[in-house]
Amino acid sequence: MIDEVLVASFLAAAVRVATPLLLAALGELLVERGGMINLGIEGAMLAGALGGALGASGGGVWLGAGSAMLAGALTATVFAWVAIGLRGDQIIAGTAVTLGAVGITGVIFREAFGAVGPGLTLPTFRPLRLPLLSDLPLLGEALFAQPAPTYVAALLVPLCWWALFRTHWGLSLRAAGEAPEAATATGVPVRRLRATATLLGGVLAGLGGGTLVLAQVGTFAEKMTAGRGFIAIAIVVLGRWHPVWVLGASLLFGLATALQFLFQAAGLRAPYQLFLMLPYGLALLALAGGMGRSRAPEALGRG
Amino acid sequence: MAAAALAMGLLALALTLLALGYAPGPAFGALWRGAFGSWYALGSATLVRAVPLIILGFGFALALRGGALNIGMEGQFLAGAIAATWVGLRVGELPPVAAVPAVWLAALTAGALWVAIPVLLRLRFGVLEVITTLLLNFVAEALVSYMVQGPLREAKGIYPQSDMIAESARLPLLPGSRLHLGFAVALLLAALGQVFFSRTIWGFRLKAVGAGPRAAWITGRIASGRLLALALLASGAIAGLGGAVEIGGVTRALFQNLSPGYGFSAIAVALLGRGQPLGIVVTGILFGALEAGAGAMQREAGIPAVAVSVVQATIILVVLVADAAVRRRESRTPVVAAEAV
Amino acid sequence: MTPAALELRGIVKRFGSVHALRGADFILAPGEVHALLGENGAGKSTLMHIAYGLLEADAGELLLDGSPVRIGSPREARRRGIGMVHQHFTSIGRLSVEENLRLRTMQDDAGRCRTMRLGEGLDPRAMVETLSVAEKQRLEILMALAAEARVLLLDEPTAVLAPSEVEELLGSVRAFAVAGGAVVLITHKLHEALAGADRVTVLRRGETVYSGPIAGATRETLAEAMLGAGPPPAAVSSSGLRIPASPSQRPLILAKGLEVLPLEGRGPGVAGASLEVHGGEIVGLAAVGGNGHRELLLALAGLLRAVAGRLEVARPLALVPEDRSSEGLIPALSLAENVVLEFGGRAPWVRGIWLDWRLAQGFTAELLREHAVDAAGPDAPAATLSGGNQQKLVLGRALARKPRVLLAENPTRGLDIRASAVVAERLRAVAAGGAAVLLYSSDLDEVLALADRVLVMHGGRVREAPPGAGREVVGRLMLGEEGRPAG
Repeated sequence: MIDEVLVASFLAAAVRVATPLLLAALGELLVERGGMINLGIEGAMLAGALGGALGASGGGVWLGAGSAMLAGALTATVFAWVAIGLRGDQIIAGTAVTLGAVGITGVIFREAFGAVGPGLTLPTFRPLRLPLLSDLPLLGEALFAQPAPTYVAALLVPLCWWALFRTHWGLSLRAAGEAPEAATATGVPVRRLRATATLLGGVLAGLGGGTLVLAQVGTFAEKMTAGRGFIAIAIVVLGRWHPVWVLGASLLFGLATALQFLFQAAGLRAPYQLFLMLPYGLALLALAGGMGRSRAPEALGRG
Repeated sequence: MAAAALAMGLLALALTLLALGYAPGPAFGALWRGAFGSWYALGSATLVRAVPLIILGFGFALALRGGALNIGMEGQFLAGAIAATWVGLRVGELPPVAAVPAVWLAALTAGALWVAIPVLLRLRFGVLEVITTLLLNFVAEALVSYMVQGPLREAKGIYPQSDMIAESARLPLLPGSRLHLGFAVALLLAALGQVFFSRTIWGFRLKAVGAGPRAAWITGRIASGRLLALALLASGAIAGLGGAVEIGGVTRALFQNLSPGYGFSAIAVALLGRGQPLGIVVTGILFGALEAGAGAMQREAGIPAVAVSVVQATIILVVLVADAAVRRRESRTPVVAAEAV
Repeated sequence: MTPAALELRGIVKRFGSVHALRGADFILAPGEVHALLGENGAGKSTLMHIAYGLLEADAGELLLDGSPVRIGSPREARRRGIGMVHQHFTSIGRLSVEENLRLRTMQDDAGRCRTMRLGEGLDPRAMVETLSVAEKQRLEILMALAAEARVLLLDEPTAVLAPSEVEELLGSVRAFAVAGGAVVLITHKLHEALAGADRVTVLRRGETVYSGPIAGATRETLAEAMLGAGPPPAAVSSSGLRIPASPSQRPLILAKGLEVLPLEGRGPGVAGASLEVHGGEIVGLAAVGGNGHRELLLALAGLLRAVAGRLEVARPLALVPEDRSSEGLIPALSLAENVVLEFGGRAPWVRGIWLDWRLAQGFTAELLREHAVDAAGPDAPAATLSGGNQQKLVLGRALARKPRVLLAENPTRGLDIRASAVVAERLRAVAAGGAAVLLYSSDLDEVLALADRVLVMHGGRVREAPPGAGREVVGRLMLGEEGRPAG
């Protein structure tokens, strides 16, 4: 009933869908290891999506990726300024940043693409087939015939691990996230580290949003991220704040989201809204299971 | 300080408009006219839009007082709207005196149920309600979409919307305007809330739980967890009521995009109103004015109404920063020196 | 003559309107152990924080090996060879011993990462949060030494140690000095200064009032220097000839075989404790942190559930918790609100569900007056009170409920001698009025001075110290060793 080609394309779709989530989650991972929660990640992703659209329509996919990262960084900067610089409550600041981003991206989108609107088509990243590997059965398509951002994301996983656990910067960041007062007394520049992590988080979230536009959907629509940034936060929890597990969790969400294609292809009928709800439901379960465990950075969210 | 926050918000809007090439002057003019330009504007545009903001704003403030951030009011609002529509379609036989409370009861329950899962997750697993309530917003939107394309779809089957609810379930209007009974409900709720906060022992205990959960626990008399859960459930129920009121008084039917972000605007309303119910009435009306004006702004000056969320975001940020600054000034000399005194 | 390793001259420091230091002097010679003595609030910590770069002096000079320097941050201090061990440990629990050391050494010299001789049984991979208090302190000292410190500043290091651990610490400190380093022992305990130091400097109200070799100092001269001329107020450690009210027939606190699960899963919790406290007596509880005293107090207060055993505690009960800023008071709320918080439902201002704030404020104003709390008024936020005043309020608030049982946890922490004496007096008064008082203090001297009987807690179990037992005996019990029979 379900043949190999179908499964292969289901897996490929899962990886493709997981990529923006993984990027945003890695970014948020760094931020949370430093002890902060950035709810503005959703706004950064959305800004990145718009940035990607703007850049690509002007000068191709790579410019799009660059503008996406820039847009994400700008959004994160606002959050860093309010939550770190001015010491405002992180949660409310993040929510406000996302709110503002929704508004501003909506306005700018209408301005830039008003006439075209829903009919907008953008250049996209073509799949990059790795020789030999992409011919493997089942996994070949899924893992080795993906657009460039997926490979970037995959490389970022070991890079993040190395940065967090094998560098001085990572050690200091973790100290800031576990015990900021003690770290400060030791001379660790907690606020500077958190700001850097936040900025990096914004860049990655922005890239995630850009990937959503330029490697998955191919166009932009208002509020198109639809909570993916928040799902990234759930992924970080499910991934126990560790880069490798975050990768696994992202793939899990990718599979859950791609499930609807499998269902359709297999001829099973179910209201599409059910599949819309699935990732969020999964996120809730992940949070329930993950947060109870004690591995969260001690100072998370306390500011 | 509230005035300063508002001024900064408007400034931010002006700057955004300028950056996009619009003239702020005519835009603000249209904004003002749309909000306060006439009795009609005031009654039917501003105040009508203020109703859900006041109700949801109070709901947010209630949870906030206990130390919880209910960012999911959008979803609870929709859950209440769904329940209200479902019941509202079926109470045609009952007189309004019975129909309307039935609708409200259903909405209160639905709203509370919608926040029950986050409450459970927080109590049992310590999960921050901020994220869980947020995620459920999206689920609610999907649910509305399903409902209006399926079980609640209009008999004609053309548009993704429900039929109009029964006559007896609709809220009466002030003659000559679109202002509905919900406005009175909002005011009543705020009044009761004010009394609850400032004069009752439960209102005080809730404040203690929010401001110092450990100290509250140590008194041995305050069940922090239970009190917070109740506050959150009430918050959700109230948001659900907001949905019912919107259905019963304004739209009379369910469709997608029922809420233009009330759940989030209400956060700004509550923060600007300093968490005080009476203050929330004022700021609710203010934001209602902004929304009404935004509509006019779009019609007359061609500026997308969503720009107004820039104002809201800025207001939240300004209030936030001001609060942080006050908190820092008030507490005594830094930890290091504390031993010296 | 060899220049002083560290010298502070004429240091002035103000915090707002508070004059913490008014021209204090301090000279530390190489190879010596120097005690910096003074009561709480005299300015000892502040002075050393300035030497360590945590604070900047408003006036005065700082000299290192004879030359004037400006130390702007702890990092700089460490680079110049000054290390400090604070009262609150700076190690990070969730990181390993190794990572903590790496963090510290990396801070001081980005490229170089030395292998430390970790000896002394500290497992480098172990997470710091699993270490005992004494081991954590050892790590703190190691971290201070990691930067090749020649001057070590120890801030009240013995506050958290049992008597024999104190001896060990003083021994290591002596070894460091013999090898050429210099140590400052900040303490408010006379006998420690006399036992461990070569020289002593006394600060009083921000000024240096005495400095000289230990050999020439006596308890009396030092006490007089610390407290000033004139008859000292009834100090906590005076012979306390108190005639206890005849103890009530039935105990007001009764526990038999009490078992309570440990908080946060760490430590023994309460593992089968039995005790009795009668009305009219003050019973002291001595224990090293992490042996279950917290769980015991919270269980007696009814805040933690016992999983086994019998517990009867009379009401009304008042608990004075140790952490006044996060458990005793809610800093963001006003003083009146904090008073209302303590009283709960049975209070003159509560009628059904209604609160009469005017009544509450009047009551609070009266309470502030009665206990000499220096505050702007009942509406002032609790955060604006100084530590000492906060403690006065917490105690006064508890006493205003006329409790039959009073549980006090470190009630004199951070208070100067006079304020401590007032607290002691109030505790005695409450007991004289027929209440049962259980007092836990990490200051063994305070426990011994105030209590009629001393209970010692170790490993979750409670034993009664033999009557008339002194520091040594109680200290041994605190570490779980069998005491010698009395006499």
